[in-house]
Amino acid sequence: MIQSRQSAVIILHIAAILLLFVLQFVLPDYHQLAMTRVMVLAIFAMGYNMLFGYTGLLSLGHAMFFAAGLYGAGLTAYYFGWSVPVAFVAGIGSGFVLSLVIGLVSLRTSGVAFMIVTMMFAQVAYLTTTYFTDYTRGEEGLVLPQAARSFDLLGVHFDLTSAVLRYNLSLVLLAATVAITLLIVRGPLGRALVAIRENEPRTVMLGYDTFRLKLMAVTLSGTISAMAGATYALLFAYIGAGFATIQYSIEALLFTLLGGAGTVLGPLVGTAAMFYLIDIASSYTVAYMLAVGIALVLLVLFFPKGILGTIRERWLPWLP
Amino acid sequence: MAFGPFLLLATFEGLLQAAILTLTALGLSLVFGVMRVVNVAHGEFYMLGAVIAWWVSTFVSSMFGMPPAVGFIAALIVSPLAVGAIAMVGERLILKRLNYNPESTIVATIGMLYIIQQSVLLTYGPDARRVAAPFYYRIQLPWFGYSGYNLFVIAAAAVLLLIVWFILSRTRIGLIMRATQFDAETAQAFGIPIDRVYSLVFAAGAMLAAIGAVLVVPIRQAHYLMGLDPLLLSFITVIIGGLGSLRGTVIAALLIGLSDGIISVFFSPTLAKMISTLLVALVLVFKPEGLFGAKAR
Amino acid sequence: MAAVTLLSTSGLSRQFGGLKAVDQVDFSIREGEIRALIGPNGAGKTTFVSLLSGRIVPSAGRISFAGEDITAMPAHGRVRKGIAYTFQITSIYPTMTAFDNVALPVQTALKKAKAAGPAGGAAVIAQRSLAALERVGLADRAGVKAGTMSYGHQRLLEVAMGLALEPRLLILDEPTQGLSDGEIDNFCALVKDISRTATVLLIEHNMPVVMRLADRITVLDRGQILADGTPAEIRANPAVQAAYLGTG
Repeated sequence: MIQSRQSAVIILHIAAILLLFVLQFVLPDYHQLAMTRVMVLAIFAMGYNMLFGYTGLLSLGHAMFFAAGLYGAGLTAYYFGWSVPVAFVAGIGSGFVLSLVIGLVSLRTSGVAFMIVTMMFAQVAYLTTTYFTDYTRGEEGLVLPQAARSFDLLGVHFDLTSAVLRYNLSLVLLAATVAITLLIVRGPLGRALVAIRENEPRTVMLGYDTFRLKLMAVTLSGTISAMAGATYALLFAYIGAGFATIQYSIEALLFTLLGGAGTVLGPLVGTAAMFYLIDIASSYTVAYMLAVGIALVLLVLFFPKGILGTIRERWLPWLP
Repeated sequence: MAFGPFLLLATFEGLLQAAILTLTALGLSLVFGVMRVVNVAHGEFYMLGAVIAWWVSTFVSSMFGMPPAVGFIAALIVSPLAVGAIAMVGERLILKRLNYNPESTIVATIGMLYIIQQSVLLTYGPDARRVAAPFYYRIQLPWFGYSGYNLFVIAAAAVLLLIVWFILSRTRIGLIMRATQFDAETAQAFGIPIDRVYSLVFAAGAMLAAIGAVLVVPIRQAHYLMGLDPLLLSFITVIIGGLGSLRGTVIAALLIGLSDGIISVFFSPTLAKMISTLLVALVLVFKPEGLFGAKAR
Repeated sequence: MAAVTLLSTSGLSRQFGGLKAVDQVDFSIREGEIRALIGPNGAGKTTFVSLLSGRIVPSAGRISFAGEDITAMPAHGRVRKGIAYTFQITSIYPTMTAFDNVALPVQTALKKAKAAGPAGGAAVIAQRSLAALERVGLADRAGVKAGTMSYGHQRLLEVAMGLALEPRLLILDEPTQGLSDGEIDNFCALVKDISRTATVLLIEHNMPVVMRLADRITVLDRGQILADGTPAEIRANPAVQAAYLGTG
């Protein structure tokens, strides 16, 4: 019984990745680019989901981790001329260090205080990017030089101006994130994180050091978010303070809620749906964030489990 | 200008800032204290108060050719009432259905923030507009002249504060609110209509922000993004003052309002904001009961 | 076999404001026994075991377990040392399956054993979890969401979770509360079975259960130990009769 579910889970997720792979041959250019962005943002949302969906900690500051990856990769490529793979690692490293420090401090709080504290730290991070505007160009941002548009790895030349390559690189990173998430949430660590979400005091009494586990969750979540940021910077050759604003923290929450918090593919579904909703809304009005506001209220009122969360509850209880 | 007079000017400006901040933060603190709801849309009620004030005063002066003072007084009455009504509708339709669950209500009020802000953008547009002050009077001090209206705002805020304090501590309504804050379930068992108390408190919180905005809109312009800074400052004030403590909120608002003017003289405003936000976050982590509040229950 | 003291406290106290919930308690429990802790409501029983399990920090006094001072050890550390605590109010994870509920303590036990040998993977966790469910008779319910099980089964699941920790000391806080007579019989048999591998500290209101199971009984009253002895001694103790048993 458990064995057959195991294979159903694996088949489903491989099918989802294959579907995205096939899509690139069907999609027109505009949507190919849009889907590239969706996949990168979905990685961000999946990182967010690790903390919010599985561990039950609602952060309102994940934009700072995305921005840590964005600036960690972008600034090193821009100022030090680091090659793309090295800058990418630098971005992930920045996110790891930042999320570790933020986790150590903010995990002393819980619930509403945790939400406010993470939001404030993220605000400090945003202000930092605008304060050092001599280096970051603030909201206006920096465009990465031509040297950062291609790289050689293992004897192969990669040209990042190619839309097809960008699409497939994002897909590879997304697939890796899905795989990592699956491994974690279906394993002992994921079980312990869900236990913390459901009842933390009880989990302590089963011998778990919940502070340490929550710190792991924050760090893991922040590092994945930073990977998304680093990917964004290097694929689209642009870094700007706009990505550090509270709006991005809220979008990560929104994508996750819409797709289904605590489901592996939920953030991907939610990101795609919301991305296109905003895209369509912004072609009609400047006030496209109205769609975000309405979506948030409707979700929390009528649809708190999101798309995949509802499907899991009604039809597919084995969905991870 | 010599240092003494300069400090006096900074103090006036600081008091003005503190006056508005006290009203706004008091609204946020009241809602959190009684309902345990963190209202992220609070700044938008402030913004809405300013925008509606512009509409009302423009309407009154252009339609009836009345002097600015009449338009201003009309705005001072209509705008808070309208904002209170909107807040009450939001409370009935959204927060009540969520059973005031702390985390869901934060997400919902983030949604309300965007809905209000973007609706104003759609209707009022992206421009910043000023409301004419009810009177122009320049008080000429030996060193500089100062707007009499600014001093009026400070006095008006002080009077409002006394009224709020009186209502909370000396009237039946205040008693009911304190009982609800202390223990909602028991209060309900004693026949207090919790539902209506929550609606009224949420509306009152929004109205306090709206009044602050009407008072300030002759000095600063009405703009659809003007709610974000007061939101953050109110948060800071409520945290420093102790979540849910009214006395602490007032002290903190005075402190922050006064120091804000002075700090931004010495530091760049961005750096000042960075440092103050960081310090406040650390206060919340290491001293969650606030610097002036009582120990949380 | 010489009796070894497994856990002892000296001068253990805890105040809440002016109230001395636990006051200067010197207590010890021998390896392998079933000890009952009884006392009127508000005697401080739950506070006392919360101090033992580390959920509450003592105001004064020391606790030692298996010869080691654990007064300053955090709760999760004590669990790993072998002190398991089952909650008074059923405290399972209702949204998780019975299997996952038991797998959580199994993971802790495996981590504890890691020092001795290589830790097991998913297969070992599954095998041990099913074994723990088997022991309380819930093996066929492994895939069921815990929250949908009957109350009696939820209590058994709670015990299975305690057992899966492979504790040296199992603290059961009012385990028979709300169980039917038939379920209580099964439960008593289960506790006897558990006591072959672990020491049991039982907090219980149901006197027939206490008399049936306990090797020794400790009576707590107003935060202090009123009496300590075999069931027969406790039954004959006039002070206990006055304070608590009364009609007993």
